[in-house]
Amino acid sequence: MRHRRYPFIVGFLAAPVALYLTFVVGPYLQAFYLALTDWRGVSANPRIIGLDNFAQLLRDDRFWQAIQHHGILLVVLPAATILIGLFFAFMLNVGGGSRGGAMHGVWGSKFYRVVFFFPQVLAVVIIGVIFSRVYAPDRSGLLNGVLGWFGADPVRFLADSRLALWAIIGALVWQAVGFYVVLFSAGMASIPTDIYEAALIDGAGRGAMFFRVTLPLLWQTLQVAWVYLGIAAFDAFAIVQVMSVDQGGPDGATTVLGLEIYRNAFTYSQFGYASAMGVALFFLTITFAALALRVTRREAVEL
Amino acid sequence: MTIETRATGKAPAARTGGRRVAAPGRDGGRRRPSPLSTLAHLALAVWAVTVVAPLAWTVLASFKSNTEIFLGSPFALPESFHLGAFARAWSEANVGRYFLNSVLVVSFSTAGTMLLGAMAAYVLARYRFPGNRFIYYLFVSGLAFPVFLALVPLFLVVNNLGLLNTYHGLILVYIAYSLPFTVFFLAAFFKTLPEQVAEAAICDGASHTRLFFQIMMPMAKPGLVSITIFNIIGQWNQYLLPVALMQGRGADERYVLTQGIARISVAAGYEADWAALFAALTLSILPMIVVYAIFQRQIQHGLTSGALK
Repeated sequence: MRHRRYPFIVGFLAAPVALYLTFVVGPYLQAFYLALTDWRGVSANPRIIGLDNFAQLLRDDRFWQAIQHHGILLVVLPAATILIGLFFAFMLNVGGGSRGGAMHGVWGSKFYRVVFFFPQVLAVVIIGVIFSRVYAPDRSGLLNGVLGWFGADPVRFLADSRLALWAIIGALVWQAVGFYVVLFSAGMASIPTDIYEAALIDGAGRGAMFFRVTLPLLWQTLQVAWVYLGIAAFDAFAIVQVMSVDQGGPDGATTVLGLEIYRNAFTYSQFGYASAMGVALFFLTITFAALALRVTRREAVEL
Repeated sequence: MTIETRATGKAPAARTGGRRVAAPGRDGGRRRPSPLSTLAHLALAVWAVTVVAPLAWTVLASFKSNTEIFLGSPFALPESFHLGAFARAWSEANVGRYFLNSVLVVSFSTAGTMLLGAMAAYVLARYRFPGNRFIYYLFVSGLAFPVFLALVPLFLVVNNLGLLNTYHGLILVYIAYSLPFTVFFLAAFFKTLPEQVAEAAICDGASHTRLFFQIMMPMAKPGLVSITIFNIIGQWNQYLLPVALMQGRGADERYVLTQGIARISVAAGYEADWAALFAALTLSILPMIVVYAIFQRQIQHGLTSGALK
């Protein structure tokens, strides 16, 4: 059999590797080169201009606006999602207290889990469009319709530059929470029940149980969640594009790097400049991932 | 079973009121729900309503007239259930077509991802050869790069190959971008399969290819199911790749559902036909509800299994 190993290996790897090199590795490498050129569109010829694109980036207000928004997203999206997700996961798994020694979730926890998770199945674009109507600035919007019951004046959620980004974050959190409830639930389910029993015998209340038992044993899952949500905070392209008024507006108040890259590439045909933004985004993402793993690294509690 | 109706006296909760912890077996009388548990229920119910309300409101609004949408209370029933918006969404706004485009693209791209991903992962996980680790890390490193970085060059590559604005071009790109995670996940899975079965099959004269398709693939079924679901949902929801690659003349006929919905949303703004937009949204949500209702366990498992690796 041995002599037929190599043809087999090559046969199995050829197609996936070729596809991957053509559409993924090739473009990623080219992006670093294009970032150093002034290429403006398919017909023109690229000319190497060194780091001019990056110098221009530093003077670009839109770029800094986008960076600022990623900063806000990076703090608020993981914090809100993880806090809400942890709270619900704890209630669903342990919140019902113990029966016969084993910890239980509250009544109906299965139902809640199924409902909470559902938005995860929907496309971000569809959620963005739904929420663009939920936030509609008149009584046709769900939120303003409900506010109308209390006689409040309509709020221009997406057209007000102070509110727009927060409205979009709201929709992102709305979608994400269910996923993390299920993720944390799976993590909590793997915590042996005798640890809870022992804590119970030692007189731990639910609060102590959460902070002294659940949280430390869930640390790795939390770290994963933090990295995932952080990476999501560097994206947000789809939801901003469909939800915000004039794509990243009002007046750039919701713009993100992905949107600026898309706009520069396909609206202005500034291929070189868009690639430079892509490179900036890449380094931001990598820096975040490295930092996140470093900062949250601590002794995992071994079971 | 609820804590409240539980008759036998097991400890109802860690703490029901005072500081005392109820000991199992001698707590017959105390079954009052603790304030915390009431609060928990309230919070859970509030979030459940928060999740359901926008969706229910969307479905309801698709039966309303524009006047009812603007002047009525958000959850008021329409005077009569108009189906006109659905007809407009289906025929004029082409939701049906976008939906079928998505089905077409995703069925081929997921099938291709699974086939090529499993082949690569299997060889990388179970065969030793020079360059194995290099190829493996080449695939896995793809997870670290944001797609936005590749956006412009990818557009040019696809354009040069004459694949811009074609289904097969989009399918190939979907497959290529799904490979890193698929290979990463499945390689770990193939590693766990027992060596003896493979050896026995080889002794019986099975070829490597047969071994893979007839023995290893069936044995890897749980892993394959999870990652298939992961890829179907990921590719179904993809937006950046189609908006970058399905553009140009006549592209709107080939839009996938996410693009189509975004376009209908913009058009609805101009024509102020909100009911048709809601109908289009309803038509794209309902199949997901049905699929989710049937495969809810597998979907939850498939989507979270990546994070638990």
